[in-house]
Amino acid sequence: MRYSGLRVIKEALTGHKGWTPQWRNPEAKKHYDVIIIGGGGHGLATAYYLAKVHGVTNVAVLEKGYIGGGNVGRNTTIIRSNYLLDGNEPFYELSLKLWENLEQDFNYNAMVSQRGILNLFHTDAQRDAARRRGNAMILNGSDAELLDQDGVRAMYPFMDFENARFPIKGGLLHRRGGTVRHDAVAWGYARGADMRGVDIIQNCEVTGFKIEDGKCLGVETTKGFIGANKVASCVAGSSSRVMEKAGMRLPIESHVLQAFVSEGLKPLIDGVITFGAGHFYVSQSDKGGLVFGGDLDMYNTYAQRGNLPVVEDVIESGMALIPSLGRVRLLRGWGGVMDMSMDGSPFIDKTHIDGLYFNGGWCYGGFKATPASGWCYAHLLATGNSHEVATEYRLDRFKRGYAIDEKGVGPQPNLH
Amino acid sequence: MIINHPILGPRDAQEFTYLGDASLIERPDPQAENADETFHDYVYLRDNPAGEHQELWYHEQGDRSWLVVTRNTLTHEITDVQLARDAARARGRSK
Amino acid sequence: MSDMTVNSGVAFTSDRAAKGTAKGQSHRLTGGLVERAKPLSFTFDGKTFQGFEGDTLASALMANGVKLMGRSFKYHRPRGVLTAGSEEPNALVELRSGARQEPNTRATVAELYDGLEAKSQNRWPSLEHDMLSINDKLSNFLTAGFYYKTFMWPKTFWEKLYEPIIRRAAGLGSASGEEDPDVYDKGFLHCDLLIIGAGPAGLAAALTAGRSGARVILTEEDFLLGGRLNAESFGLGDMSGMDWVGQTQAELAAMDNVRILPRCTVIGSYDHGVYGAVERLADHVLAPEPGKPRQILWRIYSKRALLCAGSTERPIAFENNDRPGIMLAGAMRAYANRWAVTPDQRVAIFTNNDDGHRTATDLIAKGVEVAAVVDTRADAPTVEGTELFAGAQVVDTKGKLGLEWIRIRTASGVTRDIPVGALGVSGGWNPNVHLTCHQRGKPEWREDIAAFVPAGDIPVGMSVAGAANGAFSTSAALRTGADSAVASLAALGFDVAPADLPEAEDAPVNVTPFWFVKEGKGRAWIDQQNDVTVKDVKLAHQENFRSVEHLKRYTTLGMATDQGKTSNMGGLAVMAELAGKEIPQIGTTIFRPPYTPVAMGTFGGRSRGKEFRPTRLTPSHKWAAENGATFVEVGQWLRAQWYEKPGETHWRQSVDREALATRSSVGICDVTTLGKIDVQGADAATFLNRIYANAFGKLAVGKVRYGLMLREDGICYDDGTAARFAEDHFVVTTTTANAVVVYRNMEFARQCLWPDLDVQIISTTEAWAQFAVAGPKSRDLLRKIVDADHDISNEAFPFMGCAEITVCGGVRARLFRISFSGEMAYEIAVPTRYGNAMMEALMEAGEAFGATPYGTEALGVMRIEKGHVTGNELNGTTTALNIGLGRMVSQKKDSIGTVNSRREGLNAEDALNLVGLKPVAATEPVVPGSHLMAETGEVHAKTDQGYVTSAAYSPHIGSSIGLGFLKNGSARMGERLRAVNPLQGQEVLVEVVSAHFIDPEGERLRG
Repeated sequence: MRYSGLRVIKEALTGHKGWTPQWRNPEAKKHYDVIIIGGGGHGLATAYYLAKVHGVTNVAVLEKGYIGGGNVGRNTTIIRSNYLLDGNEPFYELSLKLWENLEQDFNYNAMVSQRGILNLFHTDAQRDAARRRGNAMILNGSDAELLDQDGVRAMYPFMDFENARFPIKGGLLHRRGGTVRHDAVAWGYARGADMRGVDIIQNCEVTGFKIEDGKCLGVETTKGFIGANKVASCVAGSSSRVMEKAGMRLPIESHVLQAFVSEGLKPLIDGVITFGAGHFYVSQSDKGGLVFGGDLDMYNTYAQRGNLPVVEDVIESGMALIPSLGRVRLLRGWGGVMDMSMDGSPFIDKTHIDGLYFNGGWCYGGFKATPASGWCYAHLLATGNSHEVATEYRLDRFKRGYAIDEKGVGPQPNLH
Repeated sequence: MIINHPILGPRDAQEFTYLGDASLIERPDPQAENADETFHDYVYLRDNPAGEHQELWYHEQGDRSWLVVTRNTLTHEITDVQLARDAARARGRSK
Repeated sequence: MSDMTVNSGVAFTSDRAAKGTAKGQSHRLTGGLVERAKPLSFTFDGKTFQGFEGDTLASALMANGVKLMGRSFKYHRPRGVLTAGSEEPNALVELRSGARQEPNTRATVAELYDGLEAKSQNRWPSLEHDMLSINDKLSNFLTAGFYYKTFMWPKTFWEKLYEPIIRRAAGLGSASGEEDPDVYDKGFLHCDLLIIGAGPAGLAAALTAGRSGARVILTEEDFLLGGRLNAESFGLGDMSGMDWVGQTQAELAAMDNVRILPRCTVIGSYDHGVYGAVERLADHVLAPEPGKPRQILWRIYSKRALLCAGSTERPIAFENNDRPGIMLAGAMRAYANRWAVTPDQRVAIFTNNDDGHRTATDLIAKGVEVAAVVDTRADAPTVEGTELFAGAQVVDTKGKLGLEWIRIRTASGVTRDIPVGALGVSGGWNPNVHLTCHQRGKPEWREDIAAFVPAGDIPVGMSVAGAANGAFSTSAALRTGADSAVASLAALGFDVAPADLPEAEDAPVNVTPFWFVKEGKGRAWIDQQNDVTVKDVKLAHQENFRSVEHLKRYTTLGMATDQGKTSNMGGLAVMAELAGKEIPQIGTTIFRPPYTPVAMGTFGGRSRGKEFRPTRLTPSHKWAAENGATFVEVGQWLRAQWYEKPGETHWRQSVDREALATRSSVGICDVTTLGKIDVQGADAATFLNRIYANAFGKLAVGKVRYGLMLREDGICYDDGTAARFAEDHFVVTTTTANAVVVYRNMEFARQCLWPDLDVQIISTTEAWAQFAVAGPKSRDLLRKIVDADHDISNEAFPFMGCAEITVCGGVRARLFRISFSGEMAYEIAVPTRYGNAMMEALMEAGEAFGATPYGTEALGVMRIEKGHVTGNELNGTTTALNIGLGRMVSQKKDSIGTVNSRREGLNAEDALNLVGLKPVAATEPVVPGSHLMAETGEVHAKTDQGYVTSAAYSPHIGSSIGLGFLKNGSARMGERLRAVNPLQGQEVLVEVVSAHFIDPEGERLRG
């Protein structure tokens, strides 16, 4: 079924009887060409592009719970292509370009909204770093503008310019960055993949791999064994737990990142603002809630919940930046578990086990990467080769000494 | 969270700085023939268990002790806290 | 409390005298816990009303016959109150005005005060006539998730047209946009037992625990203790519920070991018995007293916690069940009994359980006409004084801005229209399990009460009593409260007996689950704020959004400001029925903190404005401030950036002057912010040998050496110096930025890697004030300061020397012959308390040489001229090779990072090398952050050859100069490149030169 305004009107006039399931609930087949473990944004995007771009449709997406229930359903919805390093920026630029055409491509309004992202700087050294980054973005085909204090003030006069502990000196503005209705991304990809024949199997947990003579033959699941030519793990947040079943140790730790939403408000903040002197970034959803976050809770965890000190830390920063938020109320906070990698950058790679592939390590940048991650993972699965913008995302890069360390903090995952 | 410091008693985890897996104590022998391999694994690979985890916390806003805390990463329950110095010696580290 | 009128049960009457001074309060009943002697004046949408002390905004509006208080989120339907508590989804207002405006404030918990101002929200132009109520007419097009299916063509219209319209229509209230004038505090509390909720269970628990001597904290979100006892007409033993509450409160208040916190909501349950709580100190007055906080965020450390949070009534969905006047039956009863108000003088009740009957009985006793009790149960018990329709349902309602009549279908199948102005609805009660689930516990279903109750996976140390645990009768609440307190305290070693408790009602629950009326083609609301109806849930099911999380996300059910406290159960039940499953099979969504919304200011506390972070001042800050310094933030430090002299109109003039004066004579700079670490012990040298990549074992006593630290991954970590004052004593310096982390890492190495080395370390950054004294006249200047018995001649104290000395006639000091500027230079350290005086002494001693204080800018100019790296270069991805120090990394010893520094990627042939950059045209600037490209050819990422890390105007070179990283740069001296800055449309032709712009041989250092 094709979605359109006309279809909405027609259904409204005929009692909404014609709407069909957005994806089926099929029984798992005995064997697939490709099994994707994980029905999150990346897994569903991979299935979608496998089917759409590469014509590989004998594909199953196995999801432990319900699709979109991981970090694609639990993030701060930001998309951007504002990376510094050559290993990253072309990838995220591809991702942003895919976002820009996504809705028409998969016929689902995910509310991609390029509202602009402003990264504030507060010192000369931060300004120099912003300039280097902005230039790297432009050289990679992305967009960037350097604003001085007046430029920032013109955009967001309500920030603290008069009494700030760390005065705002300016900002790096990335106009094509913005926000997306996160859940809709999972559903749109799911619907598009399902429509092309991909089986989405919910409530199906992978409990083990069948590996013989160095080759992966399929997976054991709570619904029985399912065979496959290729098995593709795509379970960021749980990567270590899943890959451990294949005997692998990863350059990844699991950490929780909290995020928050305020009560709904009339329009207040137009774009995305990132504080440069504290842990705080904020945007406002179309529904009116301020969506904001900050730093990790810092300790290894799989608990999907955080503690009070980080809530305070984030909101202290928020109050320092925007003092008029004092009487706005926090409605809800939540926690998502991140694959924090050793250099803050992800992996899209084959493993040493034939037929077993790995996608993970997205830290807290996975949401914006969703389209390109799916695109490149599908490319790898279909062709056997890394996509040209994902050539650095190899599992052996640390062994070779090619970390992609945007923040320059070294092999300590919680600092990235 | 509250960490029961072996010397100072219960302390809010906010006083501490977290490092990570206590396996970081087990720095390999740099002179060994396979040091390239062992140092890669030591620096970059983690068990990252869902369950009991021995990990390093530093009492930065306190007595500057490094501690090895045994904590469950699913429930956050802490079952053991030791001075890292003692834990390191128990793992065979000396000079 | 004694001056409040206790529920008297006096009948509703038109006698004005019986209503006290209830001017205009047409819907005020007799009795209640309002203070009639204290009338309060307030405004709603500009109109003035009267209420009483003890009222909430909602009860006061109700007293004045106001039913319409808001508009719903999506369809802009008229909304009145649904509840009498913090679970309210409908009656949201903008409270106060100006900078104190609070959007989305629940009228049901906003305490009335004299002069209160409130405005309705999410409507235009007025609450009565809201243009966006057009959405209601279009509702058939605006079903769940409709927006995912449209607004996609033409592509550009989403951002340009549709989304802006949606954004303007969405949201609820408006933020003030002004800085919050109030202050907020944070505090820490400790207790043996935290009791959350002061209803019958909580009070019984507090009495029991308090008498044991344990440290008890009792919190209550309401401004009165008592919970439902304030809303009920039955007594406890031989006294009224309120009298028992008053007596209990008095006893608790007299106990030193009990702290009672009314107006305090426990918002979250965190690990290890830590609870967050918000105490509202000044929300019930016009403004906080000057200097007093509005609210306090408490972090409560409890050994045990007892949740006595009561329960929340749930509605029944039926067609047009959202009109103002339709409310929860328990709320209607609370308004009548506690606040002596009724939404209308003629009401009806719709219920599936016995509790709904209580409302009928109590309202009748108050003189309100109860036109009908509609009970879904065929075997419903009778109620005196009204007509009972057993086995009947309310199937529709009418009324424009408020309820006018209800249509019921009786057991025999006929419909009847009953004119009423209000309807009390009861679908049963849900235990308030939220805090038991904040650590991801899942509640379990109890069939006998048709509700979820806490399961076994509640937070460690917590127990649950009373209605929160499904013990709904007053008697059971009292008993389980006391018993749970005994059990909790027994676990802590307190031997205590339950408090003696009064007799109380012990009625069984008697509920027959009934969630929604199936009759009718119209809309039946489940989530009244977000306008989610039964139809939406059905559509979600039809489209395969069948898991509870999908349902929530697709329909927005339960995502409103009440987080679904009154709506989630209904949604679950409808979904369960559609899916042909039992409710527990559907499960619940995740309960997340905070329990009720919390002002951001409360979490922010005092960390606002200049107080956001501590400010660290250098020891000579006072002197600098008095001598024209402009200060700059360097981490938490404030450092002098430059010192402006009279007549200087541009900062560059000051900076040029400072740099020139330093190189020609002598300059002085406070460098205290650099990290200082004292390292002592027999194995100190061994230790440093492992910390630094370069060798330290053989450093002679009285000498300083530059040291480079790597991370274990082989990347440069930090650089600085180590001075050896004795065989077993070193002083290490770090960069300002890394002072804390380098020290932390050294402690790690000392305690975790080499625990048996005899080495002790301590940070002395704040203990010593340190000054750079740089320039050809530096020695001459120091000679005037350093006490005569210390020989600081070049021979006795050459470059890279260090010594413990005395200055100014016996003041302990340390002198280092080190240089960041490239000049002959010293750093002199004195105990911090002498810092400001030392600055004065140095300036005085240097007067003859024109000694010039210099700030961080001139410091930066001179270090760039000398090619010294700082954080701009050591950016966490830099190798020793990159900065030209590759050979310094000793391969002969074990030090941190050596092994991994050998990896291929860190030793690439075309690796970036640090180079100097000079503009070909001296007038052009070198701009940091520019990327380096070949002199001709395309400019894009693939032709990128490096970047400019630092730049400054060099008054010595007479042009802008820079440092940068360039691929294979060491071999490219003299080459011309473009430094491109497309971000600012800049392109500058530069020449690659040595990074040592000044004195490349280092002769000045040794002079």
